Amino acid sequence: MVDAPDPVPLSALQHWCYCPRQCGLIHLEQAFDDNLHTLRGQAVHARTDQPGVETARGVRVERALPLWHDALGLVGKSDVVEFMPGGAPYPVEYKHGSRHKAPDIAACDDLQLAAQALCLEHMTGQPVPEGALYYASSRRRRVVAIGAELRAQVVATAQAIRQMLASGELPPPLAGEQAARRCKGCSLIDRCQPLATRAGLDAARQTLFDPDA
Amino acid sequence: MQLLNTLYVTLEGAWLRLDNDTLRVEVERETRLRVPLHHLSAVVCFGHVGLSAPLMHRLADEGIALVLLDDNGRYKARLEGAMSGNVLLRQAQFQRLADATFTLDTARACVAGKIKNCRQVLQRGAREAKSEQEAAALTRLADDLAASLRALPAADSLDALRGVEGEAARQYFSGLNLLVRPDQRAAFTMDGRTRRPPRDRFNALLSFLYAMWMNDCRSALEAAGLDPQAGFLHALRPGRAALALDLMEEFRPWADRLALTLINRSQLNTHDFAVREGGAVTLAPDARKTVVVAFQERKKDEISHPLLAQTLPLGLVPLVQARLMARAVRDSAAPYIPFVTK
Repeated sequence: MVDAPDPVPLSALQHWCYCPRQCGLIHLEQAFDDNLHTLRGQAVHARTDQPGVETARGVRVERALPLWHDALGLVGKSDVVEFMPGGAPYPVEYKHGSRHKAPDIAACDDLQLAAQALCLEHMTGQPVPEGALYYASSRRRRVVAIGAELRAQVVATAQAIRQMLASGELPPPLAGEQAARRCKGCSLIDRCQPLATRAGLDAARQTLFDPDA
Repeated sequence: MQLLNTLYVTLEGAWLRLDNDTLRVEVERETRLRVPLHHLSAVVCFGHVGLSAPLMHRLADEGIALVLLDDNGRYKARLEGAMSGNVLLRQAQFQRLADATFTLDTARACVAGKIKNCRQVLQRGAREAKSEQEAAALTRLADDLAASLRALPAADSLDALRGVEGEAARQYFSGLNLLVRPDQRAAFTMDGRTRRPPRDRFNALLSFLYAMWMNDCRSALEAAGLDPQAGFLHALRPGRAALALDLMEEFRPWADRLALTLINRSQLNTHDFAVREGGAVTLAPDARKTVVVAFQERKKDEISHPLLAQTLPLGLVPLVQARLMARAVRDSAAPYIPFVTK
């Protein structure tokens, strides 16, 4: 019997979007280090990570709800899903920080939310045209429409991650402007060693046997 | 990356236990020390030190390494939590071991790192030498090491490589005698490196310091997910941490420099060593503490790492190098580069 490939965790999509190497370190190498940002993130999730149900004004709120999508091979957990009186699910993903993130980084959160929406559609058979990101510092929701483009991006990203996991190869570090903005916030920077570039290693190798270099 | 403390327990008969979020050291039921666990990256026990099972559980949970050494600092055992190792990395490591080109290249890099750092020690000694004659002798030995370094690319087998390394080591150790302060030379002369057992005080001190570095290198490799036994330069032998020995080569000159400092500042004297019948020499128990404290202090020194373009404490360099080694193992195009000081 052949094992079915392991499903891709929903959080991996956000990691891949932020930096494929970060995704590889976490999901391929199972490496994780904390920094201030990750610890803040954990604090934000302290409540949502406790499974439970609440009902308020006809809306049933499920916390830490297991999610999956067999066809796409996705698995994970939603922070909060609100079930409307008609039964329509509405995912809410909690993030620390403010809702005024740089657009390209906010887009990674949108991708993760969209993947949750796809899972909920798969699980309940109900359409999920919209969800929200809740930013703990701003204490505001940002509503995200789950459009065709975002859905296609979920499918493509899941596929890219599966391919990376199957190959066992760690993607290279970010470079240039992206690296300048993203690496300093990454808790895995010490493992990743983005500054020890291939070019730097090769140059060092050239002079390794030269006593005067 | 943060350099956390390693707690070295050298006190005979000490008992370590968990006390809420701290580790408590007791001797005859009297508390001698309390350390918050979040300050620790490792607990290293020498010889007869006891510890409670609840403490072991907690150390495993927190990812704090527990290492047991014998009285002389030789490795006995290590307790590790569940989060350790990486099977894919180890698989790649074993594939690399079967790849003669990679093995030789990496072994060469390790030897180059050692020779370059040894040469720095001699050159610095030459600059600070009190007599012209000694400065000239040290410069000559440094030049010999430069020749060994240049010979490395042509060494086409591990045996050839080990030959170059052995010759360089012989020259280097003969030079180390000249770096001992003249009035300490009678007590601390060495006639080449001896071990198992060390036959003179200098060698006894080096053996102890190497054991400390070795332990840190082994821990660093394990933290990076590599198998410390599967080395490239050192021959594989059951029970031998060959990769830790490989990684350690570039750090040996750091141990040598610390040994010289301890001798030249008279932090260690003849009474700190025991000479046994027949000539074996060991470090006296009280002196071990002096060495361990000096070693811990030295690890706090900030140094600049050329490849990472950052300064970091010396104590973290083994971990950085272990990660570079892991990268070389995983990524066929990223060569291993040892840590070389300017």
